Amino acid sequence: MLRLILYRLFYGLLTLFVVSLVVFAATQALPSDPAQAILGREAADPARLAALREQLNLDQPLALQYWSWLSGVAVLDFGTSLSGGMPVSELLGPRIQASLTLMLVTAVIAAPVAMAIGAFAALRRDRRFDHASSMATLVLAAVPEFAIGIAGILLLATGGLKLLPAVYAGSSTEVLANPDQLVLPVLTLAIAVSPPIIRMMRASMIEVLESEYVQQARLKGLPERTVIWRHAAPNAIGPVAQVIALQLGWLAGGVVAIEFLFNFPGIGKALMEAIEARNLPVIQAVTLLIAAVYVLVNLIADVVGLAANPKVRVSSR
Amino acid sequence: MTGSEANADTGADTGTGTGAAAGRGGTALRVEDLAVVGHPSEVEIISGVSLTLERGHILGLVGESGSGKTTLGLSLLAHCKRATEVSQGSIEVSGTALTGLGENEVRALRGRAVAYIPQSPASALNPALRLRTQLTEALHEWDEQERGPRADRVREVLREVALPDDDAFLGRYPHQLSGGQQQRVAIAMAFAGYPDVIVMDEPTTGLDVTTQAHVLQTIRSMTRDYGTAGVYISHDMAVVADLADDIAVMYKGEVVERGAASQVLAEPEHPYTRRLLRAVPLLRTEGHPEPEAPAEGPVLEVSGLQAGYGGTTVLRDIDLQVQRGECVALLGESGSGKTTLSRSVAGLHTQFSGGLVFDGEALAHSSYKRTAEQRRRVQYIFQNPYEALNPRKRVRDLILAPYRHLAGKPKDPDAVVARALERAALPASYAARYPEQLSGGERQRVSIARAISTGPDLLICDEITSALDVSVQAEIVELLRNLQDEGMALLFVTHNIALVSNIAQKVAVLNKGEIVEYGHVGEVMARPRHEYTRALIADTPDFELSLPPSDADLQAPEAAGQ
Repeated sequence: MLRLILYRLFYGLLTLFVVSLVVFAATQALPSDPAQAILGREAADPARLAALREQLNLDQPLALQYWSWLSGVAVLDFGTSLSGGMPVSELLGPRIQASLTLMLVTAVIAAPVAMAIGAFAALRRDRRFDHASSMATLVLAAVPEFAIGIAGILLLATGGLKLLPAVYAGSSTEVLANPDQLVLPVLTLAIAVSPPIIRMMRASMIEVLESEYVQQARLKGLPERTVIWRHAAPNAIGPVAQVIALQLGWLAGGVVAIEFLFNFPGIGKALMEAIEARNLPVIQAVTLLIAAVYVLVNLIADVVGLAANPKVRVSSR
Repeated sequence: MTGSEANADTGADTGTGTGAAAGRGGTALRVEDLAVVGHPSEVEIISGVSLTLERGHILGLVGESGSGKTTLGLSLLAHCKRATEVSQGSIEVSGTALTGLGENEVRALRGRAVAYIPQSPASALNPALRLRTQLTEALHEWDEQERGPRADRVREVLREVALPDDDAFLGRYPHQLSGGQQQRVAIAMAFAGYPDVIVMDEPTTGLDVTTQAHVLQTIRSMTRDYGTAGVYISHDMAVVADLADDIAVMYKGEVVERGAASQVLAEPEHPYTRRLLRAVPLLRTEGHPEPEAPAEGPVLEVSGLQAGYGGTTVLRDIDLQVQRGECVALLGESGSGKTTLSRSVAGLHTQFSGGLVFDGEALAHSSYKRTAEQRRRVQYIFQNPYEALNPRKRVRDLILAPYRHLAGKPKDPDAVVARALERAALPASYAARYPEQLSGGERQRVSIARAISTGPDLLICDEITSALDVSVQAEIVELLRNLQDEGMALLFVTHNIALVSNIAQKVAVLNKGEIVEYGHVGEVMARPRHEYTRALIADTPDFELSLPPSDADLQAPEAAGQ
C-alpha cells in the first residue's frame, strides 16, 4: 500500500509540474507588461522602464525566467510581490490560513451532512423525502454558487431576516474569532459542494442495499440498525470518497468567487486583487497552490478509498 | 413421504430449535395455498403453492429461471423482494405461522427457525467484514448462559463443514477464500443456530464439480446430523436426484408435480418434469461417431503452445488438433487455463509462444494482425450472454455489424439476418428486438447467430451454457450439434464433463495448464487413464434417465420467463 501511495504521490508531483508550466505560460500571455503596470504613468520614462525590467529579470529568455521561478517554488519562495515589494509567501501566509479554515469548516460540515442526506434518501427510496431531496439537489447543482451566496445575503442578512452580517469584516489572522461572519460563506460553499455528494451517496447506498450481502444480513435476522450501519454504510462510502475529494478539490478554486462576494480575506480575494494589478508572482503562486490542494485532496481520497477496501488493505500488507 | 419417522429419528439431539409444537420427527415446514404478487402489475409470481416437509428430509425444488422458485424460497423466510408481497396462503415453520408476524418476531425466527444459504456466496458475504463478525452475527438469538459462548459454537460449526477454526482463519475476509470455502462458510452460517428449516438457493451453481461434490456432501451430512429440513432450490435435476428425498417441480409459478424423489424420477407425470429430466446431459455415452475420415488436413493445429500472464505461465506444452466437422472439448475446472487457450486461438490473448496453424497457415498472435478472412473464419461465442450483447442495439444490427466488417456489405441484409437467426433456431421476427426483450437462452442463440452469420469454419464456444438453465442448455447443445453436422468445427470449452459426453468427439482434459488426457470421448469416459479425469467423473452426479426416450416433450417451447 505504501508503494501505491508513493506511486500516486509521484504522479501528483508530475501533475503539479505540468500545471506550473501551464500557469507560467498563461501568465506570460497576459496582455500586459508588469513593469509598465507597476510604474503606471511613470512608465513614459523608457530609462526607468528598462531599469525595472532588468530588476524583475523580464529581459531574460523565457526558459531562464521559468527556471529561476520554478527553483524558487521548489523551496517555497514564490518571488516578490510586484506591488508593495513583500515576499509572496509572506503576503499569502495568513491568507492561506484563512482560506484553509473556510474550506475545512465547510468540508467538516458539508461532507457528513450530505452523506447523511444521501443515505437517508436511499433508505426512503421513492418516498417523499427522496423526491424532495432529489429535486433540491438538482436545482442547487444548477445554480452557480455566487447566486446562492447572493440569495443567502438577501434572505439572511440584508433583506428578510437581518440575522447575519452580509460581508466579512475582519483580518485574515483571526477568522474563527468571528463565527457569525463565517456562517454565510460556509453555508454558500456547503450548498454548492453538497449536491453531487448527496446524489452519489444515494446511488451508492441504493446499490449496496440491493446487494446480496445486505439481503443475506437481513435473512440472518439482524436488526435493521445493524444491517445499515455495519453491512451497508461502510461499503457505500468507498465510491463516495472520490466524489467528496473532487468536490473539496473544486472548493479550492470555488472559494475565489465566494471570497470575493463576501469580501473574505483569503487566497481567492488575493487572486482577484493580483489579477487586477497584474501582479504576476502572486497570480502564479495562488494558481499553483489551488492546483496543489486539488492534487493533495485527491491523493487523500485515493488513500481513503484504498484503506476502505479490505482487498487492497490485506493483500498489500 | 413415507419413512419420515425413521429418518427423523436420526435427527441429532442438538435439535433445539423453536419447534416445540412440532416436536422431533414432526413436520418442519407447511405451506398452504401460498401466492406472492408483484406490484404494480399485480401479477402472481407464485400461486397456489402447497408443500409439507418433514424434519431431516431434503426437498428438491426444481424449475427454470423465472419459475418462481427463488421467490418461494425467500417467502419461507418471510422475505419478499422489493415490490412483491404475499397475497394469500400461510407458511408454518415448526408450528409457528410466519405470515402476519411483526418485524421483530420475524427477525427472531430467522437464523433460529429458518436459515438461508445463498446462490453466490461471493456476493452474499459482506466484503468488508471479517468471517468472525459474519459468523457470530448468525447467533444473534444465542443464549450464552445456557449454551456456552458464541465463539465456541462458531468454531464448532466451522469444524463441521471441514474448515479451519483458528483465529487466523476467522480473521480473514471473504475474498481471501476460494469459492468452495466461501460456500462452506455460508453453510456454517446457516447451520450455526440449529435452524429447523434451511433454504438453499442453488448453492453449487458457481462451483466446479469437485467442489460441488464436497459441498453437497456437507449439506447432506449436516441435515442428517441436525435433523434439519432442507429446501434445495435448483434447475439441475441431476443434482436434485442425487440429494433430495422429495421433489417439487415448479413451472410458471406453480408446483406442477410433487412427490417422493424416487417416484418423480421414475414416473414423472407432468410433461414439464419429463422435459427437465431429458435435459440432463447423460454422463456416459458412447461419444459421437467420428465424421468421415478427414480428407484434408486439420482446421486448427496447436503445437507446443505456452501461454501466460506477466511472469506466470498458465499453459504448458499444449498440442491439439481440430478436424473439419469435429467438436473438440476442452475440459477443465476454473483456473485450469482453458479460457486462456481458447482466447489465444481467437487472437484475444497474445502472450503465448508455440505453433498455431489454421487451415495450413500460421495465425498471427493478435487478432489485429490477422487477415479479415482469417478472422471471419474463426468466431468466438462468450460465456455470459447477458454481457456479450450490446443492450442498445437491435438483434439485426448485432448480427450485421460483424458481418459488414468481415464479409463486406451484403446485397440483402435482411436475408443475411434471417438466415443467421434461422440457423440459430430463432424466428426471423426477433431481428427487431433488443437484448433485454430476450431470455437467457434466446440471448445465447443470438450470440450464436452473430458468430455463424459470417460462415466460420471454426467456432470457439467458451462455457456458453454455464450461465443457462439445464433445460436451455440441452437446446443449445442440440443446436451446436446441428451446426457441426453442417461441417463446422467446434472448440467447446467447458467444466461440465457430462456435456462433453453429449457434444464432442474428442476431449482434452486440462489440469493446471497441461493436457493430462486427450482422446475420443467414448474411450476417455469409459476408461479414463489419468487420475484427475477419474476424479472428475466420480464427482459428477451420475444421472440415469429411466424414461423411455420420446420426442413429444422435447418440442415444448422454451418458457419465456426471464
